[in-house]
Amino acid sequence: MTVEVLFGLLGVVATGSALLVVTTRQMVHAALWLVVTLGAVAGCYLLLSAEFVAWVQVLIYIGAVVVLLLFGLMLTRAPIGASVDLDASMAQRLAAAVVAGATAGVLVVSLVDAFRGEHIALETDRPRGHSSAVGAALFRDWVLPFEVLSVLLLAALVGAIVLSRRDVSEPAERGVT
Amino acid sequence: MDGFYGGYGLVGLLLLVGVLFVTVAFVANGLLRPTVPGGDKTVTYECGVDPVGEGWAQNHIRYYVFAYLYVVFAVDAIYLFPWATVFAAPGFGAATLVEMFVFIGFLAVGLLYAWKKGVLSWV
Repeated sequence: MTVEVLFGLLGVVATGSALLVVTTRQMVHAALWLVVTLGAVAGCYLLLSAEFVAWVQVLIYIGAVVVLLLFGLMLTRAPIGASVDLDASMAQRLAAAVVAGATAGVLVVSLVDAFRGEHIALETDRPRGHSSAVGAALFRDWVLPFEVLSVLLLAALVGAIVLSRRDVSEPAERGVT
Repeated sequence: MDGFYGGYGLVGLLLLVGVLFVTVAFVANGLLRPTVPGGDKTVTYECGVDPVGEGWAQNHIRYYVFAYLYVVFAVDAIYLFPWATVFAAPGFGAATLVEMFVFIGFLAVGLLYAWKKGVLSWV
């Protein structure tokens, strides 16, 4: 019972802070609200005994992706104060609300249809989300996607280096910020 | 305080106690101290020098590579944990061991490329 209540509360926190991410006019605040959203989702994973995924969420999404976002803000000319030009027109807001509602609808319907009230025991000796369960699935069935992922990361890294190198090799543009 | 939820319940309790400690300390501090706002007190402290300009500076794009390297190796690290729990288990052999080194090898090529291109030096 406690788990259900906590899950609901974390869901409310996640939804509320997600709304603040898209409604705040301060870009940096949006990135920081995203930390709250992702943290609440990590808490939800933890309550579902998906321990490994929860800590991956903290490490990768809160730790790395938000840092990347903040770096992105620091590299662009984004002002630190409120940006008025972030305001969307009423039509855009309506379109965004329709798209978000439709996406939520698809997710809820497909999840309800897939599980049909199936009960999964959460607390066992070795939870389903334990890292050994993830490791067994990864190295037994999903080895090729795992290796392909390293190529993807390599390609993205090389791309990032090439993009940032171009500025370094043009001394005329140095100092122009 | 046993089992999965018990263990994390203890962590949550500790977190709560920590938050409560800080809150109580700051509220007590606010009640006891004299409050005289205004003037130079609201100016951003910058080593005793009057701050110039805004608190926002645009950084050079080359620092993006450091953030990106962090992301890449964080993704690499989270795959090491599930791998470490299974590679010695029955049913997984030397192949599993080699697979991880292939993965790390690909990323090492990226790091080597970054090093060769000289983007690792902090200018």
